[in-house]
Amino acid sequence: MKPTTAAFSDNAHRALHDAVLQQALAKAGVGFVDKRRAALSDLPEFAALREAGRAIKDHTLANLNHYLLRFEQQVAANGGQVHWAETPEEACAAVLDICQRAGAKMIAKGKSMVGEEIAVNDALEAAGFEVVETDLGEYIIQIAHEPPSHIIAPAVHKTRAQIAKLFEDLHHHPGLTRPLETVPQIVDEARQILRDKFLSADVGITGANFLIAETGSTVIVTNEGNGDLSATLPRVHIALASIEKVVPTLEDASVLLRLLARSATGQEITSYTTFFTGPRRADDADGPEQFHVVLVDNGRSRMLGGAYHEMLRCIRCGACLNHCPVYSAVGGHAYGWVYPGPMGAVLTPLMVGLDEGRPLPNASTLCGRCEEVCPMSIPLPKLLREHRRQEFERKLAAPRSRWALAAWAFCARRPSLYRWATRFGVSLLNTLSGGRGRFRSLPLAQAWTAARDLPAPQGDTFMAQWQRRKPHG
Amino acid sequence: MRVALFVTCLVDLFRPSVGFATVRLLERLGAEVVVPPEQTCCGQPAYNNGDFETARAIARQAITAFDGFEHVVVPSGSCAGMLIKHYPELFRDEPETLAQAQSLAARTRELSVFLAEFGGEQIIDAHFSGKVAMHDSCSSRRELGILAAPRALLNKVEGAEPVELQEAETCCGFGGTFCVKYPDISARMVSDKAAAVIASGADVLVSGDLGCLMNIAGRLRRMDSTVRVYHLAELLADMTDVAAIGEGDKT
Amino acid sequence: MAESRSAILGRISQALGHEATADAPAVVQRVNEHARGPQPQWAEAPRERFLAKLTKVAGTYVEIASDAEIVQTVSDYLAAQNLPHRLVVAPHPLLAKVIWPEGWDVASRRAQGDDRISLAVAFCGIAETGSLMLLSGPDSPTTLNFLPDDFLCLLPTGRIVPRMEDAWALLRAERGGPPRATNLITGPSRTADVEQTIQLGAHGPRRLHVLLIAA
Repeated sequence: MKPTTAAFSDNAHRALHDAVLQQALAKAGVGFVDKRRAALSDLPEFAALREAGRAIKDHTLANLNHYLLRFEQQVAANGGQVHWAETPEEACAAVLDICQRAGAKMIAKGKSMVGEEIAVNDALEAAGFEVVETDLGEYIIQIAHEPPSHIIAPAVHKTRAQIAKLFEDLHHHPGLTRPLETVPQIVDEARQILRDKFLSADVGITGANFLIAETGSTVIVTNEGNGDLSATLPRVHIALASIEKVVPTLEDASVLLRLLARSATGQEITSYTTFFTGPRRADDADGPEQFHVVLVDNGRSRMLGGAYHEMLRCIRCGACLNHCPVYSAVGGHAYGWVYPGPMGAVLTPLMVGLDEGRPLPNASTLCGRCEEVCPMSIPLPKLLREHRRQEFERKLAAPRSRWALAAWAFCARRPSLYRWATRFGVSLLNTLSGGRGRFRSLPLAQAWTAARDLPAPQGDTFMAQWQRRKPHG
Repeated sequence: MRVALFVTCLVDLFRPSVGFATVRLLERLGAEVVVPPEQTCCGQPAYNNGDFETARAIARQAITAFDGFEHVVVPSGSCAGMLIKHYPELFRDEPETLAQAQSLAARTRELSVFLAEFGGEQIIDAHFSGKVAMHDSCSSRRELGILAAPRALLNKVEGAEPVELQEAETCCGFGGTFCVKYPDISARMVSDKAAAVIASGADVLVSGDLGCLMNIAGRLRRMDSTVRVYHLAELLADMTDVAAIGEGDKT
Repeated sequence: MAESRSAILGRISQALGHEATADAPAVVQRVNEHARGPQPQWAEAPRERFLAKLTKVAGTYVEIASDAEIVQTVSDYLAAQNLPHRLVVAPHPLLAKVIWPEGWDVASRRAQGDDRISLAVAFCGIAETGSLMLLSGPDSPTTLNFLPDDFLCLLPTGRIVPRMEDAWALLRAERGGPPRATNLITGPSRTADVEQTIQLGAHGPRRLHVLLIAA
């Protein structure tokens, strides 16, 4: 997916003035926040689990090479195959190769964020395969030709009316309910339309919330059952997973599963949590004949041990998005790429480059709510600030803002100059305010005064007044 | 006891009355207040814009200015957070300065925390009739864990009726340079915050952070709201006869 | 691909400061110990908790004393749902002695696209979340759990364990390790993708009905 991250400001502006989007976002935000809060209040052990989860991830990352080897070994022992891909292109090539060898025509897809990251649908379609997203939210955005706007609820930006219209325009089977109005009707129609796809797909592609080194299993956490149908009915199952998804044991996965569902949707566990361990066995009555895991690096091995190491703990729960006031105001599409919200603001510049991605770490007040709700205790504000540090070092910011900060810094490092300059500045501003106590507008301060008054200074600096009162300090 | 005051640039430039209210409170506690003249800024603007070298230079200046004082008090959660949490971070790779930064961090307190620690509740002799809403800056709340201290102090203001804000955990949208870099997102956030303030029925909004207060007051004034905005120190020191934030003699 | 593999592992090894081995002591120890993390606690007995949680996620249940009651229970269910006497059942030992009535169309196989109702047998139940654990195998085809609209599942009361970790322990003890597919099923299929409104029966079963059989 070609990023439009550099246009974040414009994207955000449009989003703020999109009444339908705002309506959808308002509904979504409150729901996720409240559900998570309710789930946490029901689980006194949450804080302890959070600590344990972090420890599991830290241990795994410190031994990542060992665990990946162990995982690969187990997959092979089960009759499956692991493919290693450094780049999105390599990952897509691996997937294409598997599909071509299998003589596939149609591919059923479960939700996979790393699939979006590597743009696997585009690659498959370009090679002539039919790809059908089976997760309802992903299906909706697929037929709308839009990217996901949330990592858990990809169509959260769409209203019921918009979804109904999409279905009415596209689906023309006989016997469908028209007009399409209610949620049950919409979901039923999706069930009906997609059922055929599951049954006739040659290959099923899913993501993996976790990879289990102990058993060589891939785990999916879903509510709809589409992931399971995609993985079970076709003769080939491909699990796409990034390398940091591996955890040591089934018990470790249990700790993280307790954190994941609650943080994402407020559920204790999703309707379906499935561990896939290899292809069909000799005496299995169903299941795929082939089981492939495509391990995607795409820069993660470079994050290891570096300034962004902690970001590798992310379990893609989306809690940071749900609690971020910026995400809540502009929605996911404004971020311009696959990953939105605070986690997207950290990852996107790492994956698409800082030149393209640099608005994202700047579009934050560093309020820290994301870090507060992150089940893996990722210090997101610190990582955002690190992007800003690199941006400063590389002089990527607009000259005007760099100059303004440099001027401030120059004064702040010279107390006598600072005293003089600030006295002059506040005296001037105070005079200009004419006793009204505020400015409705002010040259050079339009960004502030467009939406709010600027309180005027009281007239003289504290330091000057103090100096007069207590000349000796 | 001797207390060094880190007045903070926003207070110094825009609202010295907050500094004087702070001094009054500290003197009531029996402290001798000293204002080291070599202080300018805590360095947060440089730090949050990625200029760590300048931030370090300003931090060294602050460390030197406040050297030798057993107590350093800051009437701002975000500036206190900078000194307490981020100065040690900045000097992670410089052992000598790190030790000094850690020393300063250990001696520094945000104002309400200092007052609560040193029996501030006893010295509050203030009167204010009306509903008072408290806004907690994100730095106070999340970097320093300050929630109880300011409320305990506010409870001592006779006549003040505390009210809590809906969505209190949500940022007001100031964020330093964020509000001018992303003005329409910031405008949306401050509008939501102002709406929450109005909906609370408060007559007055207070906070320990002047940045947030200027942001929210600016929006309330633009909306022609009658809610008056003060720094918590001004309320506690019974110094609300001065014009509220964003109000003038001729409004 | 072999180059990618060594490049990726090489970069990781360099970052971590040690070469990769699948039997590194730290790994072997952790995998062998498979220690549990913090275990949620609660007051109720496992059976009570299981049923309460199952109900909370819109699962339904009926308690039966023995497999002699299975036919009647299924018959009642079909009548309540206004369904014909046509179902697909798991080729499972616990269902082996069931004599289905004349005239019923009962197939004992994996599920197909037009199967409306299935009856399978759970490996165990997990009280913590009201979940069923089903293991793929010749007596337990996975498709039975997902294709039909109505999914009925037999669960012996004695097979309700407290937590997920207890289920793993049971799995290791009885089967050595996980089969091709280990399903933890908690209620019917659902989605909230349309205006965050929960709707059951997204792609998997619309209804989940547990037959809790004594002993």
